[in-house]
Amino acid sequence: MSRRVAVVRFPGSNCDADALRAAQLVGAEADYVWHRDTSLGGADVVILPGGFSYGDYLRSGAIARFSPIMAAVRSHADAGGAVLGICNGFQILCEAHLLPGALMRNAGLSFVSRPVPVTVERTTTPFTSAYAPGARLTLPVAHGEGRFAATVDVARMLEAEGRVVLRYAKGDPAAEPGNPNGSAHDIAGISNAEGNVVGIMPHPERVVSPLLGSDEGLGFFTSFMAAGTATPPMESMSR
Amino acid sequence: MAEVMLGTATAEAVALAGEPAITPELVREHNLTVAEYERILELLGRVPTLTELGVFSALWSEHCSYKHSRPILRTFPTTGPQVVQGPGENAGVLRLPDGWAVAFKVESHNHPSAVEPYQGAATGVGGILRDVFTMGARPVALLNSLRFGPLDVPRNRYLFAGVVRGVGDYGNCVGIPTLGGEVAFAPGYTGNPLVNAMCVGLLRAGDLIRARAEGTGNVLLTVGARTGRDGIHGASFASEELSAASEARRPQVQVGDPFTEKLLLEASLELITSGLIVAIQDMGAAGLTSSSAEMAARGGVGVEIDTGLVPTRESGMTPYEILLSESQERMLVVAEPARVDEISAVCARWELTATPIGRVTDDGIFRVTHHGTVVAAIPGQRLVDDCPVYHPEARESEEVRARRTMAAPAVEIGPEEALARLLGTPNLASKRWVYEQYDSTVQAATVIAPGGDAGVIMVPGTEFGLAVTLDCNARLLALDPYEGGKAAVAEAARNIACTGARPLGITDCLNFGNPEKPEVFFQFREACRGISDACRAFGTPVTGGNVSFYNESPTGAIDPTPTIGMVGVLERAADRVGSHFAEPGDRICILGVTVGRLGGSAYWAELVDFVGGAPAPVDLEAERRLQELLVAAARDGLLRSAHDCSEGGLAVALAEAAMGASYAEHPLGAAADLTGYGDGIAPDALLFGEDGARAVVSLAEGALGALAELAARHGVPLFRAGAVGSAGGALSIVAGGRTLTWDTRHLRRTWLDAIPRRMRHADLDRTTGA
Repeated sequence: MSRRVAVVRFPGSNCDADALRAAQLVGAEADYVWHRDTSLGGADVVILPGGFSYGDYLRSGAIARFSPIMAAVRSHADAGGAVLGICNGFQILCEAHLLPGALMRNAGLSFVSRPVPVTVERTTTPFTSAYAPGARLTLPVAHGEGRFAATVDVARMLEAEGRVVLRYAKGDPAAEPGNPNGSAHDIAGISNAEGNVVGIMPHPERVVSPLLGSDEGLGFFTSFMAAGTATPPMESMSR
Repeated sequence: MAEVMLGTATAEAVALAGEPAITPELVREHNLTVAEYERILELLGRVPTLTELGVFSALWSEHCSYKHSRPILRTFPTTGPQVVQGPGENAGVLRLPDGWAVAFKVESHNHPSAVEPYQGAATGVGGILRDVFTMGARPVALLNSLRFGPLDVPRNRYLFAGVVRGVGDYGNCVGIPTLGGEVAFAPGYTGNPLVNAMCVGLLRAGDLIRARAEGTGNVLLTVGARTGRDGIHGASFASEELSAASEARRPQVQVGDPFTEKLLLEASLELITSGLIVAIQDMGAAGLTSSSAEMAARGGVGVEIDTGLVPTRESGMTPYEILLSESQERMLVVAEPARVDEISAVCARWELTATPIGRVTDDGIFRVTHHGTVVAAIPGQRLVDDCPVYHPEARESEEVRARRTMAAPAVEIGPEEALARLLGTPNLASKRWVYEQYDSTVQAATVIAPGGDAGVIMVPGTEFGLAVTLDCNARLLALDPYEGGKAAVAEAARNIACTGARPLGITDCLNFGNPEKPEVFFQFREACRGISDACRAFGTPVTGGNVSFYNESPTGAIDPTPTIGMVGVLERAADRVGSHFAEPGDRICILGVTVGRLGGSAYWAELVDFVGGAPAPVDLEAERRLQELLVAAARDGLLRSAHDCSEGGLAVALAEAAMGASYAEHPLGAAADLTGYGDGIAPDALLFGEDGARAVVSLAEGALGALAELAARHGVPLFRAGAVGSAGGALSIVAGGRTLTWDTRHLRRTWLDAIPRRMRHADLDRTTGA
């Protein structure tokens, strides 16, 4: 069964083409949706791509959350539809309160672009079901505001409910610090309670073929393709 | 569309009320010489208006007119079967496989960055991006070449930190991967840092658009940001030496808005590929003046502009200010009147406005009106072409001549300590601190990221790959500009070839001091001669670039620094070769001959502070053979790594390959035995000499025979030097009968930490060092 993917383009999105290509690579029917549109055109999966929507002015994601398309994204999410926010997309999901917490300036105060080791923790989402729990991946990050922050209660809830999707893994301590931005609990990605809305800082769409260094990010896209044919992962996730 | 209202055509322009009279002082303030002013009087047949004086000042500045460099630039080889567009446009264009073409260009933003590092560097990136996307090409890679004074000076740290942040913030926001470049530190750049930015874009050859105004009655439109008072006379500022007074130029540095740039990029490409427009040009240096005058001159037409129609950021701006503003993120578009509504619709979708401000005329006059008054009327072709051209005296400095024959002081430390010390200097250290601040993987096409010999990207939907690099070793040029110019091209070509790509062509950013000084003009002339000779030998034409003179401050002139931006093509991106040893047990070979010349070496400069001796002469034929061998070996899948051997010599090249890629978990180490290679050469010259035409490669043992045969066929000497070690293994080199060993983990730590440890408190340097 084919899956229809909508990649939302905001003014300033710059990973839109990358996400579209990755979705097409796994056989999805992928199209762009303009931020001023009000309909997702019947898409099964929505991707909010990385970039600098509205130049990150005011605060990353703070203006994009008011774009007309966001009402449709919210309805889609409320109905259990799959939504993935990557990098700026994650920031927008937090600003729109589709995910808890916030993404703050990196602890090192500088933009950081490098491959980082992460572990996949929650695999009962439409974007991570292709991975084994605990799978260790190396994914690129590229952001200036990726430090996940939440109140103690929210962080505790995310841990208790198993909603940490990706966590920065400890690298070789002598060589690389694992957590590139000072995120609380080394959190690199989270989901909503149901698991259908996922936000991550790393960029799996940039590592989808050996020529690009690895294809370890491909699972984020094959997961939702498989979800179209097999039992929706949402049903198997209750714990 | 809005009706364009213009004053009645007249050859005469009149001064606006309240304008100052044209006095010799005013002429001097506009950086025009007496002879240049006399030429203006003759050309106009009358005294210019203030607006006209400003226009001449900008277009006849060194930055826009190339008045000291033009005769020399004409000697560059600029043709070849791969050339689609040579010099004279916003960017050069070369043919690629499958109907694709590559547009690329490098440009300097030195002076703005010297007084305002963050915005100076950011707008440098913005400008070079616009030069490439106005050709109809989508930017796919950025590179930069940066030079600063030594990092023990607080202000140099402040400039370095600010420039890197400015470069990064702009390119990251627009979403263009930064794939490579170089950073170097030397005393000559204190007070006059260099910021050269290069952009590479891809286009379908059929989408190429040139910046040529055509069609009488066609409309001129500004697209993008409003015009403000920032950057007025930036082109003139770039054409004078820096001084203590330069700090007062800070308000002339433009402010960048990468978000608007991203919108402008998308809107411009949509306008070009949809065929809605006739021509488009960035309003870069000298803003509206140069973009309109140059487009008109290329098309052999006149233009009329009403500055009163230009959207401004503040009220009360004079035509003088509007014409000379260098506000960023603005484009000038030429289109048929019937297309204006469609153009406005495309721009509106990208939240930009397109505003008609003038039209193309058939009288050849560059005419400017302001609310009905003609404030400038200049014969357009002569405005662009009649700037005086100078042929300055060239004479080599006696001091430089003497330095080539000077004996070096003895290096008192042994080679083991020497290598460790070299890898800990900012010049030879890992530049990871820099490129981690640049997004290098956006666009999901990066095959070789920064940290290797050259950056490589794939082109989605095709098999081929594109390799890009930006190089210059200014120390060699300081000692011998001719050989140094050759060496800069040779190094760029070696870097491209090490990845397996075939060098295609270059763009150059020629950074020099004051050309009116004979010893500086000698450097310029000889460096260009060297670049020309190398480009002819390699079949890599010059497709354009930029000249930046007057890179002098009270602390003196910079070293001559012509940075060479080169692109190359890999027939199959999958054949790309990395720089670092990849598999334990692989064999290591050295390609090329070592004579052991230490003239101009990092070994002497970094360890005994001696910049002297004669640099190794560049054997262009040997370089070309090595390039062809590397390309053939990659195509045949023989190589597991290939690394250029240049600054720091064989020891540094072996160490870099052994320490591993930037994010390798463990260095692999290596055991090399140079016995039988370069016998009779003193060990330090063998290890640290900087002869050209060499590379260190590694390969599976089974491929050794095939590589040896291929090397023999190409006439490249091959020496079997040893084997790659295991994870965490040591680096050992047998030289002069002694076995030298290093702990690669220790070397790697020194190499990685050399810049971060100096930059730990850079945020405090503004106040202590400014």
